[in-house]
Amino acid sequence: MSNPNIYIPYLMRIEKITLEAPGVKTFRLKFENEQEADEFTFKAGQFGEYSIVGVGESTFCIASSPTRKGYIECTFRQTGKVTNALASAEEGDVIGFRGPYGNTFPMDEWKGKNLLFIAGGIALPPMRCVIWNALDLRENFKDITIVYGARTVADLVYKDELAEWRTRSDVRLVTTVDPGGETPDWKGEVGFVPSVLEKAAPSSENTIAIVCGPPIMIKFTFPVLEKLGFKEENIYTTLENRMKCGFGKCGRCNVGEVYVCKDGPVFSYEALKLLPAEY
Amino acid sequence: MKELIQKAASLLETNVVQVVIGYGKGSADRTRAIFSTTAADCEQLIFDSRCIQNLAVYLTKAEIKKMGKPAIVAPLPVLRSILQLAAENQITDDSLVVLGVSPESELIEFESLAAIETYLATKQIAIEEKYQTTIKAIKAMPVSERFAYWVKELEPCFKCYACRAACPLCYCTRCTVENNQPQWISVASHSLGNLEWHIMRAMHLAGRCTDCEACYNACPMGIPIYLLTKSMLQDVSENFGTYGPSLHRDNTLSSFNPDDKESFIR
Amino acid sequence: MQTENHLIRKPSLEKLFNYLIGNGKTIYAPKAKGKLVFFDNVTDFGEVTEDYIVTTNSAKSVVFPRTEKVFSYKKSKESTEIIDAADNTYPDVVLWGSRPCDAAAFIPLNNTFNEDYPDIIFNKRSQKVLVLSFSCSYSDDYCFCTSVNGGPGNTTGSDILFTRLSTGDYLAEVITEKGKLLVTENNSLFEPKPEESKEQNLALIKAYFNQEEIQTKLQNLFENPVWDEKSRACLGCGSCAYVCPVCSCFDIQDEAHGHKGTRLRCWDSCGFGLFTLHTSGHNPRETQGARWRQRILHKFLYMPNKTKVAGCVGCGRCSRSCPADINILDTVTSL
Repeated sequence: MSNPNIYIPYLMRIEKITLEAPGVKTFRLKFENEQEADEFTFKAGQFGEYSIVGVGESTFCIASSPTRKGYIECTFRQTGKVTNALASAEEGDVIGFRGPYGNTFPMDEWKGKNLLFIAGGIALPPMRCVIWNALDLRENFKDITIVYGARTVADLVYKDELAEWRTRSDVRLVTTVDPGGETPDWKGEVGFVPSVLEKAAPSSENTIAIVCGPPIMIKFTFPVLEKLGFKEENIYTTLENRMKCGFGKCGRCNVGEVYVCKDGPVFSYEALKLLPAEY
Repeated sequence: MKELIQKAASLLETNVVQVVIGYGKGSADRTRAIFSTTAADCEQLIFDSRCIQNLAVYLTKAEIKKMGKPAIVAPLPVLRSILQLAAENQITDDSLVVLGVSPESELIEFESLAAIETYLATKQIAIEEKYQTTIKAIKAMPVSERFAYWVKELEPCFKCYACRAACPLCYCTRCTVENNQPQWISVASHSLGNLEWHIMRAMHLAGRCTDCEACYNACPMGIPIYLLTKSMLQDVSENFGTYGPSLHRDNTLSSFNPDDKESFIR
Repeated sequence: MQTENHLIRKPSLEKLFNYLIGNGKTIYAPKAKGKLVFFDNVTDFGEVTEDYIVTTNSAKSVVFPRTEKVFSYKKSKESTEIIDAADNTYPDVVLWGSRPCDAAAFIPLNNTFNEDYPDIIFNKRSQKVLVLSFSCSYSDDYCFCTSVNGGPGNTTGSDILFTRLSTGDYLAEVITEKGKLLVTENNSLFEPKPEESKEQNLALIKAYFNQEEIQTKLQNLFENPVWDEKSRACLGCGSCAYVCPVCSCFDIQDEAHGHKGTRLRCWDSCGFGLFTLHTSGHNPRETQGARWRQRILHKFLYMPNKTKVAGCVGCGRCSRSCPADINILDTVTSL
C-alpha cells in the first residue's frame, strides 16, 4: 500500500528511455514493489512528482494511458536542476514518483462524442495519455482529430506514434511546424497551431476540444474554437502552475481560490473564465 | 522640514520627478517609506531620528522604477548607498534627484553624484568603539570557540531574507542562494545553511557595504549581522586602504591590480 | 469536555513547570533576548519572562519546524533505500506562555495539514504538544484578535488557559482531557475556582473590523488599486510569513551527502518574487502587489471560504516585524 507519509515517493525503475526531441526524453517506469504496482490506479489528466533523491522533485503529467497497465510513462524537457538529473539517469536506474495527483479529464461524459485534440510542443504528453485512452476504448467515441504543432520538425515529440496515428484510418492527424521550422522533406502543414486549426477543425457539433500548449498558443486557440462554434463547456485544457507538494499544502499553485494541484490541472474553458488571471 | 516639503512638492509640480521617496508616519511610533506623487502628498513627509530605514533600497525596485523618475530623501546612510549604487552603475546623475538631509536635519541639495562624493569625504565611515571591541574579542577567540559563537548567534535565523531585502546593495534579481545549478548554498535553515548564507552575504558585501545597518534593523530575530559587515569593513580598510563608496575607485573584491601584493593573484 | 475552573497560586506555577521538566518534557516558553522576547527552549523557570505582549517568533515551529526531515535515504548503484522520518519519535513538547492567539492558530494550521491528505509528521508532532496559554492583560496597537473571532481570554486551541488575577494568582481554565490529566497529576497545586471574574482581568482590544464582513467584501476585490498602494514599500522578504503563526507555505528540498541524504520540508513565503516563478520564466504573480493580495486573500477569503476559519489570528506579528512597516490591519481596514 502507499505510504501514510505523504512525502514518500514510490520507487520506480526506469525500464525504457526514449529520446523524443532535443532535450526531451520519455521514461517508462515500473514499480519496484509489486504490491504497489497492483494497487496503483490513475486516470487521464493526472500528474505526479518525479524525483532523484538527493536532487529534488519535479512536476509533470503521466503521459501514458491508464488502459496500459503495469507501467507509467512521463515525458519531460531538460530545463532545471531536477530534469537535468533525471535526463542523466539510465535504463535500470531507480527514481522516485509521488502521485497520482489532481483531477481528471471527464472521459466518461465524452462517450458518443467526437474528440478534437489540439497540442503545441512539449504539451503533447498530457494529451497523449487521453489520446491513447480514447484509442484503446475506440468504440466509446466518434471521430478523433489531432492537431499538433511544434516550433520545428525536430521539436515534434512521439514521432513513432505520430507515424502510427497518421496511418490509422480511425484517427485524423494534422501536424504543423512554425514558419521556418520545416525541413525540405516536411509533408505536414506550416503555420501556427491556431491558424492551422481554423482550416483543419472538424465541426463543433457534438465535439469536445482538448487544448494543451504554451500560454500564448492557448490564448490564441480559444477564440478560434469559439469562432468555430465550440461552447465554453466543451473546451478543456490543463494549467501547469509551479508546484512543490502536489496535494494542496505548499501554497504555490493556486489561482485565486483554486488549487491547480487538487482542483486542476484539468479545467474547462467555462471554469477557467471564472478564475482570476493568475496563471 | 518645511524646506524639504516645499522642494519635494515643487519637483513634482514641475514634473522634474514623478515620485518622491521619503519618510512618513507609520504604525504606532514608527515611520515608514512613503511614495508621494502629488504636491499634496508631500505634506505627509517627515524626518526625525526614527527614520532609519535605508530608502536607497527602493531605487532599484521594479515596482518603484515603474513610477517614473524619483527624488529621494537622503540622510547620511542613504547618501552613502546612493554613491555606492552609482559606483556600481545602478544609477546615474540623470536617474534621480537627491534631497540630502544633514545630521542637523537640514536640506542639502546636490547638483550631482560627484557633489555627494565631495560631501561624504567629510563624513568618513567610522566603526564605533563598542563594536570594535566586540569584533576584536570575537577575532581573539580560538577557532572552535568562534565557530560555536557564530553557530549560536545565527541559530535564530529562519532565512526570511529580510537582511537581503532591506539592503540597498542586494539588488540582484536572482541571488546566489536561489541559483541551484549548482546549488552553492543550502536552502534549508539549519546551522550549516545559516552559516553559509551569512558568510556568503558578508563576502558579497565586502568592500561595498556602507555600514548603514539596514540588514540588522530589518532582522526580525535581532541577529547582530552588523558584526559581520563591520568586521568585513575593517578588514577591507586594513588590507586595501581607506574605505568608503567612491565614483573613482574600483570595487575591492571585483577588481584586479597587476601590482597586487599577493603573489597568488598575479 | 466541559471546561473546569481552578485557582493556581503564583508559586505553584513554578512547581508545575518543574514537574513538567522533571517528566522529561521539552518546554518552549517566552524568553527575553535584548529587547525582544522569543519562544525558546527553556529548562529553568527563571528564564521565563512574563513581560511580553506576544513573542517575536510564533509557536508554530513546535508542530511545523522551519526545516523538517520528511525522509532520509541511502543509495547505491543497485538500490535506493528510503527511511521514513515519520517513524521517528517526536518530542513531548509543552508550549508554556502561549497567548490565546498563538493557541487559536493551531486550528487553521491543523486544517491545512489535514485537508484531503493528512500530514502524519505534523499530526504526530501535534499530538505530543501540550498548550498552556496565558490570557493577555495588556495589548498594543498591533493586536486585533477580536476582529478575527479571537480574544484576549479565548480558550480555543489551549489545553489550559491561565488568567492572571488582581491578587497575582491565576485562574486556570482546563479545556481538554490533556489539560485535565496534568491537573490530576498535580492535584495539590490546584485549588477551587476563584470568585474573581476572568473578564475584568483581560486587555481591552478594539474590534477594528469583522472577519465575515471582510470575507464578503474580498469576493470582488481581486482587481483593486489597494494591493499595489499598500504594498509599495514592501521589500519582498519573508519575515511576515515566518513570524506568522498560521502561514504554512513550504518548499521541498533535497540535501545529499555522498550516498546518503535527506528530503526536507522548509518554510517558504508567498512574498518572495521567485515563489511562483515557472521554469519558462513566466510568473503568475509578477509584482509585489500581486503577492500582497495573495497573502491577504489567502488569509481572509480563501481559507475561511474553505474551512470557515480565517488564516489570521490577529496577533500582529507580521506588522511588528515588517522591516518596511507594512501593516496588515492597515490594509484590511482600508478595504
